[in-house]
Amino acid sequence: MDGAGAASGLSLLLSLAGSTVRLAAPLVLAALAGLYAERSGVVDIGLEGKMLAAAFAGAAVASLTGSAALGLGAAVAAALLLALLHGIAAIVAGGDQIVSGMALNLIAAGATPSLAAAWFGQRGTTPPLPSGARFGPIVLPFAQTLSEVPVVGRVYTTILGGHSLPVYLAWLAVPLTAFVLARTRFGLRLRAVGESPEAVDAAGLSVARLRFLALAVNGALCGVAGVCLSMAQGNGFLRDMSAGRGYLALAALIFGKWRPWPVLCACLLFAAADAVQARLQGATLPGIGAVPVQLIQALPYLLTVAILAGFVGAARPPRALGKPYPPIR
Amino acid sequence: MRRLYRILAAVLIPAASLGMALAAVAGLVLLVGEAPGTALLILVRGALGDPEGIGYTLFYATDYVFAGLAVALPFQAGLFNIGGEGQAALGGLGATLVVLAVGDLPAPLVFAAAAVVAAGFGAAWAFVPALLQARRGSHLVITTIMFNFIAAALMTWLLVEVLIAPGQSALETRTFRPALWLPTLADLVGGDAGGAPLNPVALLALLAAAFYWVLLRRTPLGYEIRAAGLNPLAARAAGIRVPRIILLSVCGGGAFAGLIAINELFGAQHRLTADLTAGAGFAGIAVALLGRGHPLGIVLAAVLFGALNQGGAALSFDMPNVTRDVVIVAEGVVVFVCGALDGVARGHIGQSLRTLWTAPARQAV
Repeated sequence: MDGAGAASGLSLLLSLAGSTVRLAAPLVLAALAGLYAERSGVVDIGLEGKMLAAAFAGAAVASLTGSAALGLGAAVAAALLLALLHGIAAIVAGGDQIVSGMALNLIAAGATPSLAAAWFGQRGTTPPLPSGARFGPIVLPFAQTLSEVPVVGRVYTTILGGHSLPVYLAWLAVPLTAFVLARTRFGLRLRAVGESPEAVDAAGLSVARLRFLALAVNGALCGVAGVCLSMAQGNGFLRDMSAGRGYLALAALIFGKWRPWPVLCACLLFAAADAVQARLQGATLPGIGAVPVQLIQALPYLLTVAILAGFVGAARPPRALGKPYPPIR
Repeated sequence: MRRLYRILAAVLIPAASLGMALAAVAGLVLLVGEAPGTALLILVRGALGDPEGIGYTLFYATDYVFAGLAVALPFQAGLFNIGGEGQAALGGLGATLVVLAVGDLPAPLVFAAAAVVAAGFGAAWAFVPALLQARRGSHLVITTIMFNFIAAALMTWLLVEVLIAPGQSALETRTFRPALWLPTLADLVGGDAGGAPLNPVALLALLAAAFYWVLLRRTPLGYEIRAAGLNPLAARAAGIRVPRIILLSVCGGGAFAGLIAINELFGAQHRLTADLTAGAGFAGIAVALLGRGHPLGIVLAAVLFGALNQGGAALSFDMPNVTRDVVIVAEGVVVFVCGALDGVARGHIGQSLRTLWTAPARQAV
């Protein structure tokens, strides 16, 4: 390969890596949200709906007030509200947690375009956000100077730098979650309540309180994930813009065996598939010819099925996952 | 007395959840700045006010009976099939292929073949998730949702590249020849339903519901399905092959979903499009839960959601601020109340009934 070819190959690789880092952020946030819920013993199939509601609430408030911070607050509040509903059904009423999550997904899928159409008059979207109302790329210090340096500079500016605040929050959330789970009292209790709520109860702690706390963290993370979609990567809310990412995040959580770092790796895998599919559209592969756009778009979903089919057999979910406490008669 | 108690519980609990669903929709209508009372009036009048409204209500209800059965049958085996959308789309593909291949045969033959193939395609699309659940323990909810997305991509690709009618840009196949358009029920009895596409497939839906009841309550297979749903371990210990039950019940659900396409294709649309089902698959979740898995309940719930869908259309016509998406919210609330808060509703209403009638609670619940 000649020098120019190598340089363009490297540049393609770097930009793919950059997109992967960016596209992984909402998945990571949602998957970690699911991790808190499920390690506490509450199944959360409603990640999708919470992301969607947060994406809408964030974009709506940001476009009305012109403030990105207020948008973020609204997004987190919307996701927290749904998490609270899920908590009432799952923790207080001892109801079927999968059904409850699905119900919240339906409610979010119906309510967001209804409200968008009524408040903003367009077909289920919010108007494009002005620049102050969204989270733009953050230029890291010395980016200008370092961009001159051959490889290191490119890595610094395209992979590490130039992302928005929610993306950095996502990457921060992984080590933080790992630390909280492994090294703090709250983390220990969280894991305990997901494995053996009766032991936690016997130790004099409130199972319900711990699970609600977990769902509060879950709601906050889903809120930031929604902001990622509509206020950082996108420029306003679009109907059904979560496009199954909540379910992908759930698959990543299972694939990552409910542990933060492996979950991150699973999310990166999905995001890489997504980044590659964006590149492959319209491309012709040697020997195969033009790849149908639809096949490429279906890649992340096919990958999810393959992962659930092939690798999950050995994973062990938290023992009390999905079981109400106290057990219903 | 026990019987009365049972009937009251079966009526009051869905009624309570329905009340909550209507309250949620009213809240949403308030949020978008319209009057809920007027909205309800428009909704009811649009759905039931004239023969056309009733015809549409029952046409949608036909879809929802199939969709409800598609969820309810696997649910009896303790499984949650969210894949109705994709299974119905594949059913539409199967029926369309039949028409394109042998559409020149006499119409009744084509209808029969299309119905069988549509059910088969729906079952086949459910087979992979079912197999993965049975053999690998892959989460059926996630895999069926993924198969919905994959079905959407597949259908779009087929319509763009293969099945599109020559010389046009809209994503649809060529229109079926008019001999393959089902007559409406109104035509058959000489009435006038103002063009509502209610057709004989509605009777097929009733037959399907009856079949579901016979299967579950009067056959050994139905017994095994219910046993596996109540307690898989005990079922296995009793010699029931649970993986087989998983396969049969989920694929059976897929077959029911595939039949949605027959109603839509031959009754109303007469060509295959990318959005054949318009969300009927998801409505099936609400229908199955509101109908409490009982065929009569499913039929009634389907009529109710048919009315809601038709009334919602009338509503969005009269109140531009209200879109048909409010119907999805109502579905979600019903699923939440009937499915997730089931215990609470039973507890409260059961308690009040018990104090009123002092009937023994155990037999009633």
